[in-house]
Amino acid sequence: MEQIPMPSPEHPEFNGPFRFHTRLHLRELTGLKAGNLEELLACIKTVPGSVIYHHTHHFLQQHQYLSPEPPNDFAYWVSEALNEVKLGEKLVSINTCEYPTIRALRDKIVNTIEHYLEKSKGKLKEASEGQEFYFVKSVSFVLPTPDQASSLEEFASVLRKITIDSIYFHMFEARLRLEKGTNDFSLWLDTSLGEKELAKKIARLDPYTYTMERLREKLIQLIENRLRSVRAAS
Amino acid sequence: MSVPPLKAYEPIVGPQVIGELYLLAEKTKRWSVQNINSTAVGGGVAEILNRMIPFLQELGINAKWDVIKGGEKFFKVTKKFHNALHGRVEEIGPDDFSVFDETSEMNNKNMELTADIMFIHDPQPIALINQKDSKRAKWIWRCHIDVSNPDERVWNFLRPFIDRYDAAVFSAPALSQPLPLRQFLISPSIDPLSDKNKDLPDEMIRNVLERFAIDPEKPMVTQISRFDYLKDPLGVIDAFEIVQHHLDCQLVLAGGEATDDPESTEVLDKVRERAASNPDVHVLAIPSGSDLEINALQRASAVIVQKSIKEGFGLTVSEALWKAKPVVASAVGGITLQIAHKYSGLLCHSVEGAAHAIKQLLQNPEYATKLGQNGHEHIKQSFLLTRHLRDYLLLFLSLFYDGDVITL
Repeated sequence: MEQIPMPSPEHPEFNGPFRFHTRLHLRELTGLKAGNLEELLACIKTVPGSVIYHHTHHFLQQHQYLSPEPPNDFAYWVSEALNEVKLGEKLVSINTCEYPTIRALRDKIVNTIEHYLEKSKGKLKEASEGQEFYFVKSVSFVLPTPDQASSLEEFASVLRKITIDSIYFHMFEARLRLEKGTNDFSLWLDTSLGEKELAKKIARLDPYTYTMERLREKLIQLIENRLRSVRAAS
Repeated sequence: MSVPPLKAYEPIVGPQVIGELYLLAEKTKRWSVQNINSTAVGGGVAEILNRMIPFLQELGINAKWDVIKGGEKFFKVTKKFHNALHGRVEEIGPDDFSVFDETSEMNNKNMELTADIMFIHDPQPIALINQKDSKRAKWIWRCHIDVSNPDERVWNFLRPFIDRYDAAVFSAPALSQPLPLRQFLISPSIDPLSDKNKDLPDEMIRNVLERFAIDPEKPMVTQISRFDYLKDPLGVIDAFEIVQHHLDCQLVLAGGEATDDPESTEVLDKVRERAASNPDVHVLAIPSGSDLEINALQRASAVIVQKSIKEGFGLTVSEALWKAKPVVASAVGGITLQIAHKYSGLLCHSVEGAAHAIKQLLQNPEYATKLGQNGHEHIKQSFLLTRHLRDYLLLFLSLFYDGDVITL
């Protein structure tokens, strides 16, 4: 029978408790706006990464109760303000999970719009007055919360009570914006508790297709399943 | 006005949200904050400050609020400035600018500006920035009005003051102007525990309907706004009458009486004249400050409309969505931040569009309920005063840190 280590500070690879952080953001105006697809494309190519991050993620957090797959701002605007439904659909279906960096995500959005513009060759549709796209950037403030976990049980317990902002920071921002390659939870579970399988399962989730509360539930469920199997085995 | 303690908001937003405010305040409380505006009572800015200052103090921040002084002439000029910044045609001459300068100089001489962060609200006290060189403070200009299409004379007069601030704050991107300084986006908010938004017993709602002779059984479409052409009350009646061809329902147009505003009286007369032949249209001019009555009317409604032609932020939309009501509103000003079309309400651009959306909602109660619920969640997430308070704390921090990701 497989020797299952207890996921706790006694694990030989334990390198400190998981310290939960939260991330709060303030929106900053860039002064840039677009009224048609060409203007949108030109700005997407040149704005700072924090602007791309804002427009591909704020909808997710601000409308986190909507499911499934809330659109990014670009997709929403192209569909609703320009009535370019086909392009809107293509932008919605960009799988953010596949892109390890904001640069890569930006390139994909640019390619999608350029490809559509080449193919359509039609007259550019203009957004009606007041419906222009305003480019906004997200200034993030990361700060530690008093919560920390040294074992799987504690980890699940904190997950139940932390804010959505905290889950959001560790699952989304750490991976894409801070370019850590994976989410913080998987990183710690793997390297500190030796929970490689559980870490993989969490990393494999497409967090963009869950509401934030559903994502919280899913994370807790995965951890509880693991705890059950550990208890059963011991 | 007594303000409830922050703890009272825990059951609504969750203890973690309040906890985060305290975490942020720990990082912020080393700086004192002095808010300055032009009036202690009346108007949206005073309403916000009346709540914000006690909350900031409760969080341990040394926050205070002072008001500039000015005579009747000064406030007449600033009222003209206000209208002109909103794009209205006003007769403004050199004397007006002199009056503004003289009063500003007097305030600059007499006001003690001692805080680390000077938070100046709207154009009236804007010239206090002339003290910037002698103080080591950070200066924020909070613009609560729509300056997207201003009278150039007034805007160009104010620009040299604005440009010297360290940061500006606007309520929505569509209300701003390009400026050579950092500009932040902070939406206004509603207070879920105020008389206008708190839960009401059914009996109180029934009593209000009875008092205004409104049929409690007939589906009610409502627009709450002052009687102003920019709120398009006549267009609302047109849209309602299209709906009425197909559905038995009633319309309530309710707004504050503004006896000192001749235009409001004129609009109210026209609306009454237009509504006279339709017994299902109720035009209610109610005294300003009738917050409980407004709350009850919103809660009794099947659909709430905000068919404005031009709008600042349009917090009546947040008030309606907070009550989980399906909303049909024009896609103007800050309304587009509050409603994501087909997710948390329906946006419209015309009388016909408004009528179609109202009909859709009245005929599909499940869809209407879903939009209302989404709208409620959206307001809870983004437009309650706890979020507003958090944004202010982040704004203070942003003055002292560079970069797009700041680790505290």
